[in-house]
Amino acid sequence: MTAIAQSASSETFVLNLGPQHPATHGVLRVKLVMDGEYIVEAEPVLGYIHRMHEKMGENRTWAQFLPNTGRMDYLHALAYNHNYVCLVERAASIEVPERAEYIRVITNELNRISSHLLWFGAFVLDLGGFSPLLYAFDDREQILDLLESVTGSRLTYCYFRFGGVYNDVDQDFLDGCKAFVARLRERMPMYHNLVTKNIILMKRLQDIGFIDAEMCRKYGATGPVARGAGIDFDVRRHEPYSVYPRFDFDIPVYPGCDSMARYMVRMDEMEQSMRIIEQAVGAIPEGPVMAAKAPKIIKPPKGDYYHAVETARGSFGIRAVSDGTNTPYRMKLRTPSFSNLVTFGEAAKGMLLPDALALMGSLDLVIPEIDR
Amino acid sequence: MKAYIRDIVNGTWSLLVGMAITIRYFFGPVVTLQYPHQTVPMKPRFRGHIDLVLDERKGTNKCIVCNACMKTCPSGCITLEGEKREGVKQKVLTYYQLDFTKCSLCGLCVEVCPTAALDFSKDYNLVGSQESEFVFDLLKRLEERKQ
Amino acid sequence: MTIDSELLRLLLYVVGFIAFIATNAAYLVWLERKEAGHIQCRIGPKEVGPFGLLQPVADGLKLMTKQLIIPKGADSFLFRLGPVLVMTPAVMCFVTIPYSDTIVARNLDVGLLAIFAFASVNVLGLLLGAWGSRNKYAVISAARVVSQNVAYEIPMLIVIVTMVMVTGTMNLHEVVTSQNGGFWHWNIFRFSASPLMPVAFLIYFVCMLAETNRAPFDMAEAESELVAGAFTEYPGMGFGVFFMGEYANIVVGTSMATILFLGGWNCPFGLWPGLHWFLIKMYALIFTVIWIRWTFPRTTFYSLLNLSWKVLIPVAFANLILTSALLKVL
Repeated sequence: MTAIAQSASSETFVLNLGPQHPATHGVLRVKLVMDGEYIVEAEPVLGYIHRMHEKMGENRTWAQFLPNTGRMDYLHALAYNHNYVCLVERAASIEVPERAEYIRVITNELNRISSHLLWFGAFVLDLGGFSPLLYAFDDREQILDLLESVTGSRLTYCYFRFGGVYNDVDQDFLDGCKAFVARLRERMPMYHNLVTKNIILMKRLQDIGFIDAEMCRKYGATGPVARGAGIDFDVRRHEPYSVYPRFDFDIPVYPGCDSMARYMVRMDEMEQSMRIIEQAVGAIPEGPVMAAKAPKIIKPPKGDYYHAVETARGSFGIRAVSDGTNTPYRMKLRTPSFSNLVTFGEAAKGMLLPDALALMGSLDLVIPEIDR
Repeated sequence: MKAYIRDIVNGTWSLLVGMAITIRYFFGPVVTLQYPHQTVPMKPRFRGHIDLVLDERKGTNKCIVCNACMKTCPSGCITLEGEKREGVKQKVLTYYQLDFTKCSLCGLCVEVCPTAALDFSKDYNLVGSQESEFVFDLLKRLEERKQ
Repeated sequence: MTIDSELLRLLLYVVGFIAFIATNAAYLVWLERKEAGHIQCRIGPKEVGPFGLLQPVADGLKLMTKQLIIPKGADSFLFRLGPVLVMTPAVMCFVTIPYSDTIVARNLDVGLLAIFAFASVNVLGLLLGAWGSRNKYAVISAARVVSQNVAYEIPMLIVIVTMVMVTGTMNLHEVVTSQNGGFWHWNIFRFSASPLMPVAFLIYFVCMLAETNRAPFDMAEAESELVAGAFTEYPGMGFGVFFMGEYANIVVGTSMATILFLGGWNCPFGLWPGLHWFLIKMYALIFTVIWIRWTFPRTTFYSLLNLSWKVLIPVAFANLILTSALLKVL
């Protein structure tokens, strides 16, 4: 801890933030060149939890890669599941029954809310507020119970299958969804009163952590980070997949470019997800949940396929090249947090350490997804 | 000056509102479950590690040693052996080993099984100090369950 | 051979105070954890003893059995001195605090001054300990502690000056006796001296939070930013002593609030004054301090300075001028 970098102009020192640090939520390491408490340079260092998911995808059959998808972004695992099955369905031209699509949307949006709730708690924890985390976990627990009752697991789901979903949902689950939406609607004003309107929080987030549209375009940042910079882009709306076009929902966009804008985007997104769940639960058709003609062994025709979904953190795309065998020839994963993180290096320049950590929290990073 | 005073008043008010919320929870009910003393029953679809299903009619497992689970497992954690026996049409399972240290509980093996010989256990209280404790002999576990 | 009875008395008091500080700190941790638990819809400690009441004993044992590691490259003298410098002034403060009409170790005529003089040494302890541990996080924290405490001592002392003007004495015993009677005699409600008295109390309370490094001003510790701030390198009892000193400082701060504003050991209705009223008021304030910690996020350094310079100091000054004007007129 004694390495002090001397530069000609000023006295700076290097601070190693991570790989084990309470604010990085995982094994992210950020090399900070500091001048007092001001950050002169920030360089994220990756690779501490790299598991070679892309290479694993190329070394196993299409179906065998399915459980891997839930392990990248463990907070919104179903979106990753969804993207992969959508990709393979597109490649192998598998028709998915309506009911399965509705179930996918409902579980996906529940998972999105649970991810945002966890982010909310962890973000306020980064800012030093403890109790909201536990309140958010109380609500998140309800979602996990609901999802556990249909998928069988609580975090790293592997629920979607090529041509449908693993098993059907029952009336209890649909009622549970309605009850949960009612409960969270009731709790949202509490969150806003306790946290959003709190003067201390407002002072820490407003006009701090500037990431504008230009920067988002430059680094490919998507999701709430881009929407907090005024870019109206949501894969669910702009490259529609599944049955999303059938639902009436808004895409929250805030032009603030600061941490507060990103915070508000996510808070509003939870409400929009609740709207989608309500509509989907109300309109879910009867029928099978698995395509009747889904082939047992998947061998997509030769070709180059891409599919993207909107996860809680942004646009997640998979590009897969098939050579007609039962293993993908090439698998490329484009994860949103990776692009979002890169903006940190530029945005954190000249910031104070606590503000930079608030900025990092507002990016909602999931490290295993960055390294994958 | 007006904005300055409004800022102070609004700020103080927001802090008081926050304190009112937390004190309400202070006197509110406790939502946590005291885990080792209380437990929740596992949901019917809970996915623990796999177990062989007991065939009530035959009093043994349903496995026909087709090796589908072994082939489909993404992590290669299943090893099984079988032998041909006199008077039995299908192969008989003699050894079924699950290396739970590698298993990711995806359930592909349960899905692929043609005779529904596999099922998820509801066992979540797994603990051990050695890796070898998580290599299960499922046939032995089935025998133990029968008794 | 005769022993100076006054000295013996003082010695007994100090031993008593140290025992009180240690057990009190341990049980404040328990209170903190319990209160945090219930605020967060949990129970808090419950396994060790009934209601988890033996938890502090277990924690203390754990801290004491830990190895005291002095990091390589650290200044071992300053590293050891840090906790002592935090703890000692806190004990010294206790000497002049009157808990009831009769319970006071040394009734100094400049008691008020002595307490605030001792209380400001605590910064030095944190600074030296953090500097001595040669950890970058700790050094950043040390810099924060110093500027934070300097910034907050100003409005606090302005409020204290106002109180000295109102009560006309620096003797804490006399400060309390001047508030004898029901709660309408207490300084917080002495509107005849200044209509801003409740505001002055609020300013004092905020400054006390900042002085004792409590949330939302816990920038010295700031676990999500600076890992553990000044205490990052401290293992076992080194950390334990820091902790004790911190809680002792909270007790001193809330005791002073009780004495200066809430009438010390006086009963709100003029009935049965005594030690119990002092303790009730003090612990109610401590409860509030903990309650605040588990409600708000942490402020940043510049908003803290903004608050001090742009809000607290002008208001404290306004109160001072108003009070002196009213004293002159009436």
